[in-house]
Amino acid sequence: MAAITFEVNGQHKSVEDSPDTPLLWVLRDTLGLTGTKYGCGMALCGACTVHLDGKPIRSCLTPISQIAGKKITTIEGLSRDTSHPVQRAWITEQVPQCGYCQSGQIMSAAALLAAKPNPTNADIDEAMAGNICRCGMYQRIRKAIHLAAKLAANGKAAPRAAAKPAGGAL
Amino acid sequence: MNRTSRIGRTVSDLSRRDFLKAGSISGAALLIGFQLGRDLLAEATPQQERPVINPLNAWVKIDSSGQVTLVVNKDEIGQGVYTSLPMILAEELDVDFSKILVEHAPTDTKIYDLGTGGSGSVGDSWMPLRRAGAAARAMLITAAAQAWNVPTETCRTENGRVLHGHPVRSLGYGELVEAAAKLPVPALDKVPLKNHAEFHLIGTSVPRYDIPPKVNGSAIFGMDVRVPGMLYAVVARCPTFGGKPAKFDATKARALPGVRGVLEIASVGPGSFTAGGIAVVADSTWAAMQGRKALEIEWESGPAASESSASIREQFVALAEKPGKVVRNDGDAEAALANAAHKIEAIYELPFLAHATMEPMNGTVVIRDDGAEAWMPTQAPQWAQSIIAGATKLPREKVVVHSVYSGGGFGRRYQSDFAMEAVQIAKATGEPIHLMWTREDDMQHDFYRPATYQKLSAALDSNGNPAAWLQRIVSTSIRLFWDRADRVVPEQQEIHGAIQQPYCANTRLEYAYPQTRVPRAWWRSVSDSMNGFVTESFVDELAWTAKVDPLEYRLRLLSPARKIKNPVQPDATLNDTARLANVVKLVKEKSGWGSPLAAGRGRGIASHFSFDTYVAQVAEVSVGKDGTLKVHRVVCAVDCGRVVNPDGAAAQAESAIVYALTAALYGEITIDKGAVQQSNFNDYQMLRINEMPKVEVHFVPSEENPTGMGEPCVPPIAPAVTNAIYAATRKRIRRLPIRSEDLA
Repeated sequence: MAAITFEVNGQHKSVEDSPDTPLLWVLRDTLGLTGTKYGCGMALCGACTVHLDGKPIRSCLTPISQIAGKKITTIEGLSRDTSHPVQRAWITEQVPQCGYCQSGQIMSAAALLAAKPNPTNADIDEAMAGNICRCGMYQRIRKAIHLAAKLAANGKAAPRAAAKPAGGAL
Repeated sequence: MNRTSRIGRTVSDLSRRDFLKAGSISGAALLIGFQLGRDLLAEATPQQERPVINPLNAWVKIDSSGQVTLVVNKDEIGQGVYTSLPMILAEELDVDFSKILVEHAPTDTKIYDLGTGGSGSVGDSWMPLRRAGAAARAMLITAAAQAWNVPTETCRTENGRVLHGHPVRSLGYGELVEAAAKLPVPALDKVPLKNHAEFHLIGTSVPRYDIPPKVNGSAIFGMDVRVPGMLYAVVARCPTFGGKPAKFDATKARALPGVRGVLEIASVGPGSFTAGGIAVVADSTWAAMQGRKALEIEWESGPAASESSASIREQFVALAEKPGKVVRNDGDAEAALANAAHKIEAIYELPFLAHATMEPMNGTVVIRDDGAEAWMPTQAPQWAQSIIAGATKLPREKVVVHSVYSGGGFGRRYQSDFAMEAVQIAKATGEPIHLMWTREDDMQHDFYRPATYQKLSAALDSNGNPAAWLQRIVSTSIRLFWDRADRVVPEQQEIHGAIQQPYCANTRLEYAYPQTRVPRAWWRSVSDSMNGFVTESFVDELAWTAKVDPLEYRLRLLSPARKIKNPVQPDATLNDTARLANVVKLVKEKSGWGSPLAAGRGRGIASHFSFDTYVAQVAEVSVGKDGTLKVHRVVCAVDCGRVVNPDGAAAQAESAIVYALTAALYGEITIDKGAVQQSNFNDYQMLRINEMPKVEVHFVPSEENPTGMGEPCVPPIAPAVTNAIYAATRKRIRRLPIRSEDLA
């Protein structure tokens, strides 16, 4: 099988998965980038959201044949050090509960702010209604998006969260 | 889940002390243990007999550099225990919380009380963790005092150091730990605890420990576990409960690239209740899923095929017309009802509900010659350990279960079915196995919140107060799924939220159950989720009949202050009507109850006691002419005793409200031919950000010991909303989910 090549988080990747394999599984299983999550496999929940050439897509229903030669950004590549305004706002507002949906939420929110730096609540509804949060943190997500917009506009650093080793199995 | 029925709870009775266990951190480590038995939690009088406990487990690790690691024995499923529990330890220990590391306890049931549920983590851990932290601190002080040759009373601590004298000299905990670890452990029930006035962590919104990794993709959930040589597995299960493969052809599946094996796994009954089925093992998740699609299976459906929502309801209706088993009989409700001039009658119906955690079920198991290792997103690592030990015939001590982050629990992850399936496949293939469930698997092979059908009648006296309250609960008993009727009390987990109903002195409660094979277990707040709706709807109906403001009606009935017992479980916490009235008053104030509302809007109230916590909620809704419902605002008042982490507790309230509101608006699992008809989020709809009401949470300041927050805010929201609908439209909703035809 011919290899399919594309860029992920600024790195060139070449994979041998069959062209109909959804990007979600290539990211998670072939490339070991498990930050992007599986929630439904039907583009109903948004947990699998990544950026394709800067625009949000549901990777669970995007076969890799469609991303050949393109640029993908996953949650791991959103920033080098958790410093993206959305990530900083998510920490300040203490958004995540279980956290499983949050990679998708953050990628959707980041794409929204890239397109609309000062979104209204209606903009937020429209951009984020595809992302389910089973823990119900929608009120905090909305507040954090407004904060992220401010942070991005002002370029200010949000209060720093205490330094902790990155997650992982405890 | 119901904390009084937690599985796997062990009261360990150690007779030895355990010091200087070299942990993964270099240098000597001070390990302090304590017993998390309920006995220690009781405020016992000296005369009370208590079993003698020599507790010593491992809770606090300090290396020679002073790095503190705090051990947590509860699973982080989103409820914040990796922060709230270490806060308690750190408060008494006196260390800088921003520098601590958190580690999950090993699955050692001789030392740790494992099992996360019943909204019990903080409440059950409060005193034991305080005592452990205080004991560790006392030992560190003693070591310093000995080093300086001064009385211990002249020493104090500050942020990980022991201080003494003027000018001040100090020693860090890291310098003291080796000597401290050799000292006798103080009696845990006598070690002095911090004065509440000195708390500087407890009661503050310390940022959650696990949030940074959850915003950058580095947090490892069960689905993310990757071990060397691991293969991926999915299982094809008969859609009909209890069904089995009659025959199957795996030729096409085996021919697909990446598929490494296809095998049948047996269903396992009591203990796990797995469906069994055909497992496909492959090099990747996608290959396993494609392999499963290519299987040709003929199912033998079995007897459950005759079941449907309609057939279950038929049983419900018939049972509700006959007397049931009397579970509460205060006063003489029947006589009072017979004498009544005017009776109010109502029938309420609630459906099966799925948990639908955001992360579907999964687990990873590696079996070696000398032991097994598993990574489980679980609420019961000890149960997974038992299952794996039993299946591999290894001793428990040789089975290491790593608790990883769960993408939601809600009670579903207390089960062991996914652990059983994973070990079955690992054993059969001899390979490290990562078992994953798709959303469809998860939706259709859940252990559902029971369905219920309830018949109520009441009479009002001349003052409009309830003179009699008769309630017949018919529900698909959880206990009867797990064991035989002659071995369990069928109503035991079905009556919470009704058994301590505080509104009427002449209350008769009866219970009956249908026959069904639909799997049932603990859904967030268990039977409080259904009985809260019934109780708070019915008292609302009585209020309107009496022409009294529903909020004032509740306050009237909750007075005088009294405590309602649970006759089925005499040791259950009493329902204190004074504390319930208090949250009603708080929610009245914060919601602006009684103030004018925009046209077309209504307010509804519900109050409920569950998991030792008191909650009152007011919902503000509007119903459009076309029957579209909008929930604008929810105001929530909570008495959960002392609040350990206010923002964390508020987040739990928000979470429970959304979870329950989703169920009220959309939640319905229906059965046809003994199988679940729903499969994904297209037919099991979720509330999304555009429907999120404004939620405000207020806590009653309290010096009482902390009580639960994971579940108590679930029961009131559905009745608050339907009571608000009634206020706005005079349409009474008696069955959930709320249907547009009920509103139009």
